Amino acid sequence: MAYSDRYEMVCGVETHVEMATKTKIFCGCSTEFGKEPNSQVCPVCLGMPGALPVLNREAVNLAIKAGLALNCEIAEFSKFDRKNYFYPDVPKNFQTSQYDLPICKNGWLEITVDENPKRIGITRAHLEEDAGKLVHSGETITSSSSSGVDYNRSGVPLLEIVSEPDMRSIDEVIAYLEELVQIINYAGISDCKMEQGSVRFDVNVSLRPIGSKEFGVRTEIKNLNSFNSVRRCLEFEVERHAELYDEGQSPVQETRTWDEVKGITLSLRTKEEAEDYRYFPEPDLVPLVIDKQWVERIKATMPELPAAKRNRFQALGLSAYDAGVLTSSKAMADYFEQALAKFDDAKTLANWVMGDLSGLLNAHSCPIEDSPIAPEQLADLLGLLQKGEISGKIAKTVIAEMYQTSKDAATIIKEKGLAQISDEETLGKIVDEVIAQNPKSVADYQSGKKNALGFLVGQVMKATKGQANPGLVNKLLKEKLS
Amino acid sequence: MKISRKEVEHVADLARLKLTEQEIELYTEQLNSILEYAAKLQQIDTTNVEPTAHAVQLYNVLREDEITDSMETEKVFENAPWAEDGYFRVPKIV
Repeated sequence: MAYSDRYEMVCGVETHVEMATKTKIFCGCSTEFGKEPNSQVCPVCLGMPGALPVLNREAVNLAIKAGLALNCEIAEFSKFDRKNYFYPDVPKNFQTSQYDLPICKNGWLEITVDENPKRIGITRAHLEEDAGKLVHSGETITSSSSSGVDYNRSGVPLLEIVSEPDMRSIDEVIAYLEELVQIINYAGISDCKMEQGSVRFDVNVSLRPIGSKEFGVRTEIKNLNSFNSVRRCLEFEVERHAELYDEGQSPVQETRTWDEVKGITLSLRTKEEAEDYRYFPEPDLVPLVIDKQWVERIKATMPELPAAKRNRFQALGLSAYDAGVLTSSKAMADYFEQALAKFDDAKTLANWVMGDLSGLLNAHSCPIEDSPIAPEQLADLLGLLQKGEISGKIAKTVIAEMYQTSKDAATIIKEKGLAQISDEETLGKIVDEVIAQNPKSVADYQSGKKNALGFLVGQVMKATKGQANPGLVNKLLKEKLS
Repeated sequence: MKISRKEVEHVADLARLKLTEQEIELYTEQLNSILEYAAKLQQIDTTNVEPTAHAVQLYNVLREDEITDSMETEKVFENAPWAEDGYFRVPKIV
């Protein structure tokens, strides 16, 4: 029995986003991903005694931009604090973060689930530094005899975005995460490369009897790095809570971890063992004062956000579904708009981008920004189709060839002799031949079986390897058989 | 407000310090006398005084987002008690 018959789920999410700066938050080391371990480190991000941090202006700019994109208030006065804990991925034994005066607070974003729009509150968003990366010698952390530490990630600027506990179903949680990641991606805050760990989620979840106003006991599951993990993890966790309540027990307030392979959550530490971070103001960094002019300067650089883009695409005549797919990533929307500048039938273009082009890209696991077919080339192909120079069927052959060779449609059509035959004289001869070779179908058609015409059109298409103009073939056949 | 023996044990635990019985007693006493001294500050009326975020009146010390040289590999590991294959190595964590 599904939990939702008896209980209502309450969920809030903390999202950690690695910001798209060139350098770390407090030093000039590069943030580039995938470099040799410990090749992008210095005394500051290694936490060496006496090294002093200096805040990266661009990290502040991006945090302000994220705050504006998420409808937050931008703090006029903000400061940094030390969050103290011992773990080898934090070389200073504290993480520089923001405690009571975050840079952004009181925002929201809108999600739509089953056509119901709903606002999800954003409690706060604050700046902090990422930790290093641990590589365990054994299969898991508990079975390892020792671990390696790579501090290249130590000091990469993070924005931690904390939602209100406003979500009431797993679908709402996923919708919130998708919308959040899209906004962050569109606004240029982060490249949002989930597979590289650029975005990580901690979810807080509890259940309460339907109708109850009190919150139940919550558990926090840390460090999920994909929408799919969040969904599977929550599906497991809410059932676990429901079973405990059904048996007259209760979950305990604790931090848990998600085992991706086994598909279960496991206890990390209970409330009694909860960390005591002993936050205090960071003496090595002076506070931030953000005036209205600074905020206005950032506002002026804000690109169109996903919700506005979706509305604009729908105004072009696209369905809500099509607009949603085409704006699912900024790269996809950019591709569509670049092609649209050269080919203005939005619906046809949408079908080709979401259909044949996406099919080819998916088959080759190629992101759309690396498409071998440039948006302008796709627009040209569709232009030729629209003008009747090639048939829809041939266009499918041509796009596959374009994908392989990156050549223009016109070049491929010329090289392969694929142009549509729209010449009445040439087609007339072929139609005559087909009529002569298929006396039975001709007789069927003339005796009133209109379906027979389709077969004859097919024969002409076959004889011309799909290059005949279908409209003209229809017209010629009807004339000649009447 | 007096600091209890239990709090000293907790703080020592957070700081990964293993204290002897005598040390716990000594530090409880010493910490209390330090806190008692600092408690004099409580006598000052701070109504309408903004909390101080930093000792110096300075704001917005920022750097531009420009890459500077990182350390050379040999230097990185010079003080490391244990390093292998480009990684710092640490004993079993949990």
